[in-house]
Amino acid sequence: MQQGARARVPAVQALLELLSSMRFAISLLTVLAIASIIGTVVQQNEPANAYLNQFGQFWEPVFARMGLYSVYGAGWFVAILAFLVLSTMLCIIRQAAPMLREMRGFHEHAREISLRLFAHYASLVPTLPPEARRSAVTDYLAGTGFRFRIDERADGALIAARQGSAGRIGYFFAHAAIVLICAGGLLDGDLPLALHMYFGGKAPTSGNRPVADIPASARLGPDNWSYRGNVYIPEGGSADFAVLNIDDGVLLQSLPFEVALKRFHIDHYETGMPRRFASDLVLTDAESGQRFERTLEVNKPLTYRGVTLFQSGFDDGGSLLRFTVRDLAPGAHPPYPFSGEVGARIPLETLGYAYTLEITGFRPINVENMAASAPGGGFESFFGFGGGANAQGGKKPRNLGPSYTFKLRDAAGQAREFTNYMLPVEIDGRWYLYSGVRASQMEPFSYLRIPLDGEAGVDAWFAIRQLFFDPARRAALAARFAARNLDGDDGALRARLEEAAGHTLILFADGGFAAISEFIEKSIPEAERERSGAAFLQIIQGLTWDAWMMVREQAGQAALEPGEAHAPFVRDALIALADSGRYGAPFYLQLNAYEQRQATILQATRSPGKPLVYSGALLLALGVFGMLYIRERRLFVLLKNNETLVAMSSNRKTIDLDETFARHRDALAAALGDAAVKH
Amino acid sequence: MELAPSSSSAAPPPALAAPKRRAYGDWLYALALVTGACFAFLRYGQAMDGYDAAILVLHVPILAALGRAWRPFRPFLAIVAVLALAGIWLYQGDPARAEQTFFLKYLISSQAAIAWMSALFFIATGAYWLGLAVRSDFAERTGSALAWAASVMGATGLFVRWYESYLLGPDVGHIPISNLYEVFVLFSLITALLYLFYEGRYGTRKLGAFVLLTVSIAVAFLLWYAFTREAYQIQPLVPALQSYWMKVHVPANFVGYGGFALAAMAGAAYLLVSRGVLAGRLPAPKVLEDVMYKAIAIGFAFFTIATILGALWAAEAWGSYWSWDPKETWALIVWLNYAVWLHMRLTRGLRGAMLAWWALGGLLVTTFAFLGVNMFLSGLHSYGSL
Repeated sequence: MQQGARARVPAVQALLELLSSMRFAISLLTVLAIASIIGTVVQQNEPANAYLNQFGQFWEPVFARMGLYSVYGAGWFVAILAFLVLSTMLCIIRQAAPMLREMRGFHEHAREISLRLFAHYASLVPTLPPEARRSAVTDYLAGTGFRFRIDERADGALIAARQGSAGRIGYFFAHAAIVLICAGGLLDGDLPLALHMYFGGKAPTSGNRPVADIPASARLGPDNWSYRGNVYIPEGGSADFAVLNIDDGVLLQSLPFEVALKRFHIDHYETGMPRRFASDLVLTDAESGQRFERTLEVNKPLTYRGVTLFQSGFDDGGSLLRFTVRDLAPGAHPPYPFSGEVGARIPLETLGYAYTLEITGFRPINVENMAASAPGGGFESFFGFGGGANAQGGKKPRNLGPSYTFKLRDAAGQAREFTNYMLPVEIDGRWYLYSGVRASQMEPFSYLRIPLDGEAGVDAWFAIRQLFFDPARRAALAARFAARNLDGDDGALRARLEEAAGHTLILFADGGFAAISEFIEKSIPEAERERSGAAFLQIIQGLTWDAWMMVREQAGQAALEPGEAHAPFVRDALIALADSGRYGAPFYLQLNAYEQRQATILQATRSPGKPLVYSGALLLALGVFGMLYIRERRLFVLLKNNETLVAMSSNRKTIDLDETFARHRDALAAALGDAAVKH
Repeated sequence: MELAPSSSSAAPPPALAAPKRRAYGDWLYALALVTGACFAFLRYGQAMDGYDAAILVLHVPILAALGRAWRPFRPFLAIVAVLALAGIWLYQGDPARAEQTFFLKYLISSQAAIAWMSALFFIATGAYWLGLAVRSDFAERTGSALAWAASVMGATGLFVRWYESYLLGPDVGHIPISNLYEVFVLFSLITALLYLFYEGRYGTRKLGAFVLLTVSIAVAFLLWYAFTREAYQIQPLVPALQSYWMKVHVPANFVGYGGFALAAMAGAAYLLVSRGVLAGRLPAPKVLEDVMYKAIAIGFAFFTIATILGALWAAEAWGSYWSWDPKETWALIVWLNYAVWLHMRLTRGLRGAMLAWWALGGLLVTTFAFLGVNMFLSGLHSYGSL
């Protein structure tokens, strides 16, 4: 038994010694640094399927187990931090006593022989008697900020002095700071919430449901004292809870007050960059019912009842959008009005479409930096302009006006996403209406560019399209085309051209340019293909022109003279006709008017560890400066009858020490009137 | 050992007249600072809020202490003040004058001054290397003078740029440390000044070739970045950057980066010297070790402050003092790296070459934290994307 206890004590001691050793600290800091890198390489807290895409079936669960998707909350990472705290605390405890002794002590019992072994020492030949020397030395030490103690000896006296020992407090400050910061960080981390959930029987729930349906098990009360959540408030609305995102679910955290949003502001610079985000809020205390107004901005948070609110984002709060629905099916009903709010899901069965419309977003302003045609850039413009103030370069910001996004979801649940601009955009002198479409979030939008007729605006193209793709009116269009091109010619040739034109229309309606080239590949000998392709193009362009003219006639507008001036419109219209075949929506949703309603996204936090972390940070700053810049110096002056010995030591061996010693040695020699310095 | 003053080499006896003259100069310099602060307050006081006034007042003792500890800083400050004020005066509130006025166009508008800084740093580097190659004291002195001149132009460029930003519009104006272009100027400037301080402190110009090489690389990057990305354009601040914290957080960070860069170069020189390469042409190992420690000490102290200030700012802007954003995490990694260095220095068996390697490797870590994070990782610090 006794033997075992004896063996255990050294083992424990050895462990403590290891944990508090410098080498262990160095290893821990290095390991911590390397571990921290992982979380910057692997994107943290992404949705699970993003990782599945990135790492594949095999590695995704392996990495998940290792906690790589949330490294800084993972058990092993917290364990490293815990070891750091333990090691630091042991270090402080072990160092405390010797360091305090060192801070208070003077080493006045230092032996002469050891003084002579100092790296910095000098021996002076005295000219004054010991008593006079003693007062000269003590005067000098007092005048230069040293504290000293005198040890009387048989052969003289040792004056032991020290300066800057306060620097050692820096050690305690800096190391205690690490403990404080880690403790504070723990309070503000994921752990308190995890414990709260565990002991309170709380569990996150799916976020895709109305607030009223969220069960009590996913609601947190005022007893939760550490959280970070989002508060979404539309203009004119209010909220008294924050949403905490946990894994793929949510928790609702009640707030000790209700926040209402009167207005949300976005101010812009002249360049169109946002300058200020601000929310005009009204807070109502849940207990006292007291109300007050406050404007919240980025970098200007608000703390009330222990909860701090930050401006963290904005969104649409349900703007009302008024549309015109332009049916793209030939011969269908004329354009009709329709309206909906952003965020709404509207089944369109009643309108005759097997889709659900989801209006997902609205932006009143879209500022793009359009590269102007001004030359410059690179070397020339760097030196060509004197000041940064003039160096706006060739870029001109331009507001493209409102845009809106929506999804059309079919019965199978597949959705196509659209982004449309309300106003036409000018490109090189011609105007277009833009509509972007994509089949999945991963793809970029591809744009349908609808050209505007100078007189009829956007109506012209839609009318042309109706005509072009309407089997009932195809024959009339083909006949008109043939008549225009072979006026007065013999009937057989005209009939053949008419037939070719009709056939081209059918092909084009079927699959655009691709269908035409497929037809050429299949039925025309290789030698003829190029010529035949040119002929088809001519026919389809001619048909577009004739369709345009027919549309104008119907609208009571004057016919135009064929010529180069109108070629761009015909070309753009034809491209848009071809692209519209792949548009993937049964109608074009055109925005006419809107009533914007914005929403603010605030972050609500309670961080109980903040005072600890902040005081730790203050201690750290003081400690680091103290350790690095308050230099401890110990000066020893041994007064003997036939010799004055000056020696100096410091806990930091830098070149300064050489200079400092030389200065003190020479000043002492001067004060003592000593004739010579010998060694 | 030969360069380091030791107990055996007699230091010059304290001259009796010197302290008095020194005190006289100190007072004159302090008086100039107070006058400058008063002038600034009388002239622009109505545009200042409480913070501005407090910072103005604080600058007097800080600059006084700096000038007291480092005498060449005084003429530096005086020349920069004169040039910057001349630039502001020449503008007369009209940004178009940058192209019309000779001195603005070719000398002290921000772009011109920064171009001068770049050129002077390149030539200074060449001069230092020439001095190293042919052991020419004259070349090294020239390098020193050119490095000073480059620093003057860099500082002038930044101050004038600050003014220029207000010419774009009162709501656009801001301190020129908000994008990668501007902070690269700041980095070159601070690294050069830190080096020049130690050059005077140790009385040796032999490290200049190495340190100025880093500065030149930074300047080369700056020019590349300016030419290809037109990064010299003054852009207004996004709301997240509109904070007082920026004015202290960013400069403190760059004192840190500058110190680490200097230490890395001292480490490189140490490794060469300890292998006998250029041994006679570089400072003694003891001096290099000392420079390395001093540079890391100042870098670490300021980097600590900068990271703390960053955390305070983050708490205000993002709602959390620490969110493990890649930039924050890499700042922590840099900090840990140099914390390790400081601990290694006190551990037997890990000193000497190991410390030098660590300081050199530290520059890689620092560079990644400074640039790599913006290039390869995404996060909240999106101001300086490449």
